[in-house]
Amino acid sequence: MSRTDNIAFVRTDMLPESPPPAAETGAIKWLRENLFSNVFNSILTLISLYVIFQLLQGFLPWLMGGVWTTSSLRECRDVLDGATGGCFSVLTERWHQLLFGFKYPSDQYWRLILAFVLVLVAISPVLFQKLPRKLLYFTGLFPFLGFWLIWGGTILTPIVVLVGAVAGYEAFKRLEHNSFAMGALGGIVAASVVIWLGGFLSSSMSGFIALEQVPSRDLGGFMLNLILGVVCVSLSLPIGIALALGRQSDMLIIKWICVLFIEFIRGVPLITLLFVANVVLGYFLPPGSNFDLILRVIIMITMFSSAYIAEVIRGGLAALPKGQYEAADSLGLDYAQAMRLIILPQALKISIPGIVNVAVGLFKDTTLVSVISMFDLVGMIRGPILASTEWNGVYWELWGFAVLLFFVVCFSISKYSQWLEQQLRTDHR
Amino acid sequence: MATFSDVPSESFRLSMLINDKRYRAYTFQFIALLLLIGAFSYLGYNLVKNLQSAGLNISYKFLGDPAGYDINQRLIEYDNQSTHWRASLVGVLNTLLVAFLGCITATIIGVVVGVLRLSNNWIVSKLMSVYVEIFRNVPVLIWILIIMAVFTSVLPQPRDFRGANATASMVADSFAFTGRGFYSPAPIFNDGSMVVVVAFILSIAGMFYYRRYAKKALFERGQMLPTFWPSIGILLIPSILVFFVMGQPISLEYPALKGFNFQGGIYMRASLISLWFALSIYTAAFIAENVRAGILSVSSGQSEAAASLGLRPNRIMNLVVLPQALRVIIPPLISHFLNLTKNSSLAIAVGYMDLTGTLGGITLNQTGRAIETVLLLMAFYLTISLSISAIMNVYNNSMKLKER
Repeated sequence: MSRTDNIAFVRTDMLPESPPPAAETGAIKWLRENLFSNVFNSILTLISLYVIFQLLQGFLPWLMGGVWTTSSLRECRDVLDGATGGCFSVLTERWHQLLFGFKYPSDQYWRLILAFVLVLVAISPVLFQKLPRKLLYFTGLFPFLGFWLIWGGTILTPIVVLVGAVAGYEAFKRLEHNSFAMGALGGIVAASVVIWLGGFLSSSMSGFIALEQVPSRDLGGFMLNLILGVVCVSLSLPIGIALALGRQSDMLIIKWICVLFIEFIRGVPLITLLFVANVVLGYFLPPGSNFDLILRVIIMITMFSSAYIAEVIRGGLAALPKGQYEAADSLGLDYAQAMRLIILPQALKISIPGIVNVAVGLFKDTTLVSVISMFDLVGMIRGPILASTEWNGVYWELWGFAVLLFFVVCFSISKYSQWLEQQLRTDHR
Repeated sequence: MATFSDVPSESFRLSMLINDKRYRAYTFQFIALLLLIGAFSYLGYNLVKNLQSAGLNISYKFLGDPAGYDINQRLIEYDNQSTHWRASLVGVLNTLLVAFLGCITATIIGVVVGVLRLSNNWIVSKLMSVYVEIFRNVPVLIWILIIMAVFTSVLPQPRDFRGANATASMVADSFAFTGRGFYSPAPIFNDGSMVVVVAFILSIAGMFYYRRYAKKALFERGQMLPTFWPSIGILLIPSILVFFVMGQPISLEYPALKGFNFQGGIYMRASLISLWFALSIYTAAFIAENVRAGILSVSSGQSEAAASLGLRPNRIMNLVVLPQALRVIIPPLISHFLNLTKNSSLAIAVGYMDLTGTLGGITLNQTGRAIETVLLLMAFYLTISLSISAIMNVYNNSMKLKER
């Protein structure tokens, strides 16, 4: 038996652990692996560093040296006195114009702010499942409340519509066991009767708890973008679902109506549809009727986005395995039940990222209304602000502000959709 | 025991139109058709009424009348005595021009950014994600307007090129970048230049033929022919030889400063440049995401398998990864091209005279023929998008995975 402790070349005590070489740990290793792994990468890193440096060198002094409190560009230039800096005072001076347009009565701004806060509250239970479900009642109420806050007039008008909607829902509930179509028909009839009757009431008592009435051509600024985006997306969801189901349907006539509508809308740019809203749609409305421009624009943008949403949902419907349809049939569910209880919940879940993409795209596209001379954020900047004698020539500050606003909204929506996708992922991965 | 082999044939009752699944479909379709006809006749009735009260009629005669306005950016002959039809044609060509240029640059930028975003260089990939997120999340209209503003305010005016102490100078004495637009040399085709052009086209065909031959040689005999240098040689050498043999028939006309502006050469207006540039970088952000998704969709096992077969990195890319990634990349890529074409209608915001600017803008305002012009406008864009989606369907069918 050999013993190791008396053999000279076998070590008996271990060396103390020494730290890994400097090149293999911490920041240096990270730098070597991620930035300077080979010659090409090193060149790329240096170029990017140079680009970032240049951007910051131009941007930071402009931001830091900014002037926030003058009332015109000339004054701002005097204050700057040749130094680098942005004239951000255009934002502070025209803040309300940028957000609310230039015609909305300024003593009524609280209504818009309140409506904005309330819309966030109303949307939150839809976005986050963890919030108390009771909040959904408020979501249902909000469209009426929001309409009253933004457009003003007597509170009776939205209340009558609300009562009509409730009556319609009750009638639908009563008749639903008969068949879905029957229920829907009954609901529509009940709602229209109530609204028609209530119309007399609200027109005779137009002063009852009334806010100052604001015509819709006085809306403007970023608020107009938000209104168009929220209204059109929420209206186009149900229409899009109906179109997608229609396109999948076996009934040839309905299928072809939906196909033609979707392909036509998707084939033309939004701006031509806005031209239609601006100059053509009036010809197709009853003589003497006076739809205002915003309503016509909402109609066209809703048609536009519902065609896109329909295509997204059709993708979701097609991605469902056929077994789901057959399972629903074998349970004895009729078409409406199968769709509402089995197919649509799954199909909509699959299509959420696509729907959010459409929503973000639509929100961005609401800026196009500035082309038909409506004063949304872009319209305000191009029109009343840049054309004014005080602020003629302040490009960077204004456009930077617009970029910032849109980026914050759209980026957070798309981040939300990524988060939601992870929440809804029920398969095991 | 009773057998139910024969279902007792029920006679048709009216209630079956609602309750029986076999007939209900017909009821619904009939109702839908009635509603549709009703809606259309209502709209048509309104239209007729409104046109009558306005004293108008639907007619395309105005297309033959002189337009009476000038278009500064045009590819074909046009003056203000030309017809509205001619003006629309100029607009169509301008739309196609900016769409074509935009698609090319957007693809190039998009592919580069998409690949760089996958780079293992941390700073580069972060920089590229910032680019993609910023451009995807802000409306293209704002980008067009910003870039137009940047062009006109940052770039020098033609007068800055004048005099002994000019603040701006031309690049390589042939390109001038001014706030009014870009000037570049224009080729002038003299006698005999057709021969050079024909030779060039023939050598393009020859290059493709050679590449096909090389591929065939590789697949059938396993013989690896060099492709890169021979292709360049085939492409350039014959044309250059012919060019000198024919006595240099093609020359360049350089832009030169005359008076207050540049004369000669190719002049691209600031509106075209900024529209082109804005559409390119906006669409490139989407294409980059696309390219990234396509490359990520090819599982790493594929490239590892190819490497274990002994293929070199560029061949792995060409023979294994790209053919699979392209199947994922190309369909959305084409729909981005389509979006770019549709977005080019925003040209009206910077005064570039595309179809929306000529037909849907000035012609509409001058003649007041709203319905006719908007219909024509829609018909044009519909034709483009339907034909592109037809091409895409053909492509998708040919690229579909052939399974089982």
